[in-house]
Amino acid sequence: MSDLFAARSQMALSLGFHIVFAEIGIAMPLLMVLAEWRWRRTNDAVYLQLAKRWAKGSAVLFAVGAVSGTVLSFELGLLWPKFMELAGPIIGMPFSLEGFAFFTEAIFLGVYLYGWDRISPRAHMAAGLIVAASGAASAVFVIMVNAWMNTPTGLVLAAGKITQIDPIAGMFNPSTVQQALHMLLASYAATGLAVAGLHAGILLRKPTLFHRRALMLALVVGAPAAILQPLSGDLSARTVARWQPIKLAALEGQFETERGAPLRIGGWPDVDARRTRFSLEVPYGLSLLAFHDPSAEVRGLNAFSRDLWPPIPPVHLGFQIMVALGTAMALIGVWVAIVVARRRDIVEQRWLLTALLVATPFGFIATEAGWTVTEVGRQPWVVQGIQRTADAVTPMPGLVIPMLLFGLLYLGLGAIVVALMTSIVRETA
Amino acid sequence: MSDFIHSIGLAEIVAGVIVVVLNAYVLMGGADYGGGVWDLLASGPRRAAQRDLIANSLAPIWEANHVWLIVVVVMMFTAFPAAFGMLGTVLHIPITLLLVGIVLRGSAFVFRSYGTGTSAHRHSWGLAFAIASAVTPILLGIIIGAVASEDVATAAGQIGNATFATVFVAPWFAAFPFAVGCLALALFAFLAAIYLTLEAKDDALREDFRRRALGAAVAVFVFAAVTLLLSRPTAPRMTAGIVSAPWSLGLHVCTALSAITAIVALWYRRYPVARVAAAAQVSLILWGWPLAQYPFIIPNTLTIQAAAAPPVTLKLLLAGLAGGGAILLPSLRYLFRTFAGHAAERARSGDEHAS
Repeated sequence: MSDLFAARSQMALSLGFHIVFAEIGIAMPLLMVLAEWRWRRTNDAVYLQLAKRWAKGSAVLFAVGAVSGTVLSFELGLLWPKFMELAGPIIGMPFSLEGFAFFTEAIFLGVYLYGWDRISPRAHMAAGLIVAASGAASAVFVIMVNAWMNTPTGLVLAAGKITQIDPIAGMFNPSTVQQALHMLLASYAATGLAVAGLHAGILLRKPTLFHRRALMLALVVGAPAAILQPLSGDLSARTVARWQPIKLAALEGQFETERGAPLRIGGWPDVDARRTRFSLEVPYGLSLLAFHDPSAEVRGLNAFSRDLWPPIPPVHLGFQIMVALGTAMALIGVWVAIVVARRRDIVEQRWLLTALLVATPFGFIATEAGWTVTEVGRQPWVVQGIQRTADAVTPMPGLVIPMLLFGLLYLGLGAIVVALMTSIVRETA
Repeated sequence: MSDFIHSIGLAEIVAGVIVVVLNAYVLMGGADYGGGVWDLLASGPRRAAQRDLIANSLAPIWEANHVWLIVVVVMMFTAFPAAFGMLGTVLHIPITLLLVGIVLRGSAFVFRSYGTGTSAHRHSWGLAFAIASAVTPILLGIIIGAVASEDVATAAGQIGNATFATVFVAPWFAAFPFAVGCLALALFAFLAAIYLTLEAKDDALREDFRRRALGAAVAVFVFAAVTLLLSRPTAPRMTAGIVSAPWSLGLHVCTALSAITAIVALWYRRYPVARVAAAAQVSLILWGWPLAQYPFIIPNTLTIQAAAAPPVTLKLLLAGLAGGGAILLPSLRYLFRTFAGHAAERARSGDEHAS
């Protein structure tokens, strides 16, 4: 394994591990506050029990998210020192703001978790809301950095040197709004539907009031986000089409440049033969989706030098997985909306509960797939058009060792977290 | 002195703020590691009570205290990207080990607090937490010691031309960085023991931590002396700064005065005074390091000026810090006020959140 590939793998592992905890850290506070709010409004003790149970799970997940996030902030320098030397002065600003948002989040999480009897009800609710808001703000700041790596602005590149930097322009680059929206909705949809799925699974066996309340609150957060996510995905895809045509061609498996390009569903890109096999083609679909014009020209991979291609199969496959799971989640969201609109009892709908149970991991798998699309799809660049990943990596040899070390560490932590969560869920089952 | 004042520009102000933030991390996050050390060394008839007091004091605040370190890292790569890149390269190994320590400390702590497993499970998590708490400060000290030792500069200049051991091991795997590591551990344990005398509501327990604080004060003195002795050959610039700079006498007098005050206050059980004096002592020891290597950010190779990002970045960063600080400081004050001194009470009433 080359050092570059080991470094990329370690970064992918660290981000792939952290992103799940980050999503949960964004959405769970909202669920806790909702439950507490219902309790204070209705005096129904089940809601209080629910708020405290969710808080207990969140405390563990938040801590793991915090330490894995710390690892990432150091890894930027450990693995990509040249990237940080180039990009630090521009992207340091959103990272610094993220630092403060994270600080606020950690402070008020402490207040929320341990302050039930110590502060007024109003202050306690406010602490929970601050945790929810600062978690969302953290995500937006971090995504600003990633968006900048995809569509860098706020700098002038002259003879390989960056001059005239403008960190504020870097923060508000062409991808910021779309990516931030997509990530936030992903967090609420993935976490909301995962929590709903866990409680739906228990309801199938044992319909208690506790799990009924839990399911309904989780759906309040998860279902609308899942329904809205395809729209935000469309926005993101059109941004990619405009600013990162190679990434678009890779994720679609589009080799030829053509007008009225079809949308390919599934299939396998054969890179050597330069064509995508076995896919279901929807005529004009891609032109229509990417440019909102059935006859729009879509540039294929063949229009670009081969050394600028990202690895095509994982990008195409990742995109298919993300879209498939996202669509399934949106359909479940619509199903929930229909049941609610017809004033039926969700707990009676066993097929819907089963679908929710099956979809428990969908959001997180879709997130990993989507993150693969945006990161692998940007290769060979770490900063699109400005710095190649190979030029950013540390000169330290033997990088396979830290990669394996962190791989084992995350594997162990993941197993423990799953075991802990299972036992916390079982307590109430 | 006037040369010093004239040399202060935007970059130097940002560097100063980084040391202030690091100082906050040492006083708050550092003490949390020290708490883990006393968990590891818990002994005597009140062993369980000692551990409960430590766990209950840490629980609401450790995550917030930990964020200071992230702010240091973020400020470093924003304001001094060249220095951050060099440190990340040459000190890859100790920083990686530090991260493993940070991950294990934090996760083991929450796994113990929220685990539903048997008491044997909880005991193992407690042990993992305590060991990680003791090892991580040593690694932090090793990293600081390596920066001060001037070997980072030498190693960075030899990347690609020297053996792996010369570039990636020698700068930190040496006596001086380890001495600084031990000093950091002793300082954190000293702070923690003093803070815990104020958290304890029970006289016997308070006495336990008073004795531990006095013991740690001796360890601080010993490791400080060893560090100073070893610094002469490995960190000549720093030694020169510490021994003969115009400010050094004042710094030494203040450090000595605060150390004596802390010990006398501990002896006479004036714990609030001891806390302030100990915090001052630890801060003064910390500040000796950047002052001694000024104007270098990495001795002998990168000055603060040379490593600094463009002025626009530094100005924005300072503005961001001012804005962030305006939210952060009152919030932290609120956090500490909400929980100060209540750890013992929580331990007695049975911790409802961990049950």
